[in-house]
Amino acid sequence: MLVYTLKRLGLALLVTLAVSMLSFALLYLSGDPAAAIAGETANADDIEAVRIYYGFDRPWVVQYGEWMFNAIRGDFGTSYYFKLPVSQLVADRLSVTMLLGLCGISFALLTAVPLGVAAAVRPNSIIDRIALFLSVMGQAMPSFWFGLVLIVLFSIKLRLLPPSGSDNWQNFVMPTIVLGYYAMPAIMRLTRAGMLDVLGADYVRTARAKGAGEFRVMFKHALRNAIIPVVSLAAVQMGFMLGGSIVVESIFALHGAGYLAWESIGRNDLPTVQALILVFSMFYIVFTFLSDLLNAWLDPRMRVG
Amino acid sequence: MKQILKGAGIFALAMAAAGTAAANKADDTLNVAFSKELENVDSYFNSAREGVIMQRSIWDGLVYRDPYTGEYKGNLATDWNWVDDKTLEFNLRQGVTFHNGEPFDADDVVATVNWVADEKNGVKTQRNVNWMESAEKIDQFKVRIHLKAPFPAAIEYLAGPVSIYPNEYYAKVGPTGMGLNPVGTGPYKVVSVEPGKHFVLEKYENYHKDSPKGQANIGRLDIRTIPDFNTQAAELFSGGLDWVWQVPPDQAESLAAMGEFTVANESTMRIGYLQFDAAGRSGENNPFTNKLVRQAISHAIDREAIVASMLKGKSRVVNSACFPSQFGCDQDVTVYDYNPEKAKQLLAEAGYPDGLEIDFYAYRDREYAEAMLGYLEAVGIKSNFKLLQYSALRELSMKGEVSMSFQTWGSYSINDASAIVSQYFKLGSLDSAQDEQIKEWLDVADSSVDSDERKEYYSKALKRIAEEAYWLPLFSYNSNYVFTKDLEYAPTTDAIPRFFQMSWK
Repeated sequence: MLVYTLKRLGLALLVTLAVSMLSFALLYLSGDPAAAIAGETANADDIEAVRIYYGFDRPWVVQYGEWMFNAIRGDFGTSYYFKLPVSQLVADRLSVTMLLGLCGISFALLTAVPLGVAAAVRPNSIIDRIALFLSVMGQAMPSFWFGLVLIVLFSIKLRLLPPSGSDNWQNFVMPTIVLGYYAMPAIMRLTRAGMLDVLGADYVRTARAKGAGEFRVMFKHALRNAIIPVVSLAAVQMGFMLGGSIVVESIFALHGAGYLAWESIGRNDLPTVQALILVFSMFYIVFTFLSDLLNAWLDPRMRVG
Repeated sequence: MKQILKGAGIFALAMAAAGTAAANKADDTLNVAFSKELENVDSYFNSAREGVIMQRSIWDGLVYRDPYTGEYKGNLATDWNWVDDKTLEFNLRQGVTFHNGEPFDADDVVATVNWVADEKNGVKTQRNVNWMESAEKIDQFKVRIHLKAPFPAAIEYLAGPVSIYPNEYYAKVGPTGMGLNPVGTGPYKVVSVEPGKHFVLEKYENYHKDSPKGQANIGRLDIRTIPDFNTQAAELFSGGLDWVWQVPPDQAESLAAMGEFTVANESTMRIGYLQFDAAGRSGENNPFTNKLVRQAISHAIDREAIVASMLKGKSRVVNSACFPSQFGCDQDVTVYDYNPEKAKQLLAEAGYPDGLEIDFYAYRDREYAEAMLGYLEAVGIKSNFKLLQYSALRELSMKGEVSMSFQTWGSYSINDASAIVSQYFKLGSLDSAQDEQIKEWLDVADSSVDSDERKEYYSKALKRIAEEAYWLPLFSYNSNYVFTKDLEYAPTTDAIPRFFQMSWK
């Protein structure tokens, strides 16, 4: 298990390095940051002054090296627009996004896994049909529309929840549902498929034959095996939620990291974008890493591979 | 049963909490939404409209221009005169204090001007400050500002973007500190700043009595950034917001029809225009070097129809390359009426009887651009439409690689034609005409202190721009303001909402 963990860790670090280098190169190609910073009224001389002031005139390898050297020591530079340290800015916005992501994935797992199991136990029953209906809806409904429907219902008609902001737990109810509902269908369908597969397996029949209770068969024998692909999927979904909740953050005015990334890309705020890309890719890497470990713990055969 | 009771408790709590979010006339708080994030409140380090709005409430300038009458009045200065055409002398107002208690005097003016005028300090919008050379203290309440060159629009700038900062405080905290804890002499003082997200302002009780801005009426401003307009609307309906602006025309119409809110419309200084590569920088065989092609396009687009069906409100078609209220913006120029037959005929004359294919660049208002594509198509001009980010398009324009683009310019609410024509027609990298005659005329207009002479030379330049069809000015923009019926407010054409001029009914 230790060798396996170390191998995975080494791979994760290499991926992080590759992502940071690639994103730096892409940002470098995407447009002139000096023109963006200098603003609307700048002439060519102003832009040249900005270019030299921020050091954009140097080769990108040098700029990358300098950025990496500082980043390793926790210094991600200063935002060109906020005039604040990027680390402070990102940490502030990430707290909202992480809370939202955790709530979202919990909501998705807590609804999708029981539904998936229920659907698998009675395939083609009414429960299965309802679960299928819910998942198709979740997949088909764009989150900006679903979000607005919830706002109209809960904020305007019923006056139960505030439409926007991030001050109270009430602010997170609707965003959690919207974000979680988007991830739910895939998790549910995968749970159902995994369970159907496993419930027909020999060892389940053996378990039943030796007289194990139905509950024990379901959760100790079947779900433990059926859940393995779900864990991997949930990890990827979680990474997606942390980096890709731009739409939800924007509708509910949550000011999280996703929205910050979107805005920063628009205004070429390179240090902020670069730090966010690194953080988002780290999330994917960390979650994939954790799900690998979790799966290896669930299924000892994986520890060899 | 216990569970149900517990559930009901949470239910009631949620209702109570949702109720407290709404605040308005009853507790003297105006809840405002911005659509865009304001990153840094320090007005010298942002170029956002939201920044200008904050600046006018938090800080004062030496001069104030009454937005309703256009008259210049002393604010931090009581009066001023031109010593010569490069020196302005100001008598300062006594007894003014900053929000932090620091008294205002000549040292604050001198320190602010000298600091912002120094290019090394990196003030974001250089054009607002780079006409100043330095400031000099004559005595505690008298200063002189020295200009780099004669600059007749100086008073307009001093009444606009140039605000006076407290010298001791700014020296200590710099732009970062000023952005987080802004301190000025203005009618509102800042209570809290969450960068980009949330700003709370309170009426400044010690605001100087004789200010032409007048005293603030509303006690507290709570400003939040809500990017999506639909969410803003939901907040309006649920009582979480009292005032929003830049409301899309269709939504403004339906909100007005509902009758629950006051919906006001006012023109802004921003105009839209098509810019043609008349100088041929984007390639020698460029059809836009041919005046007939530029005129053909000018006749091909029904600007009236676009204004009537899309921009609506107080938007108007403009023919001169500036906003009509700006000083020197002569309206007596060549007008290109909508005449597709004439457009086809001009194209044929230009050597394109079967039409032609062009690149059409834009960075905003896709729907307006697409309407124009349709009109061009109708006279036989096929367009490759390219919608870019603002900075990307600007970079291409500076390199001279853009043959035709749909651009807009807001003149930073400076009510002087120099803020637009002189910005684009003095042979700079964004000058797609590169007409030396126009530059000569603009040089005269920009530096003369004789206002009749200025008018005459701006007029010459604007007439030639229209006659040559270097630009096709399209329309002025407008903004819709939606607010609670409890609020008294009249929007201004410079599109700068002034909170200190709002009051409860």
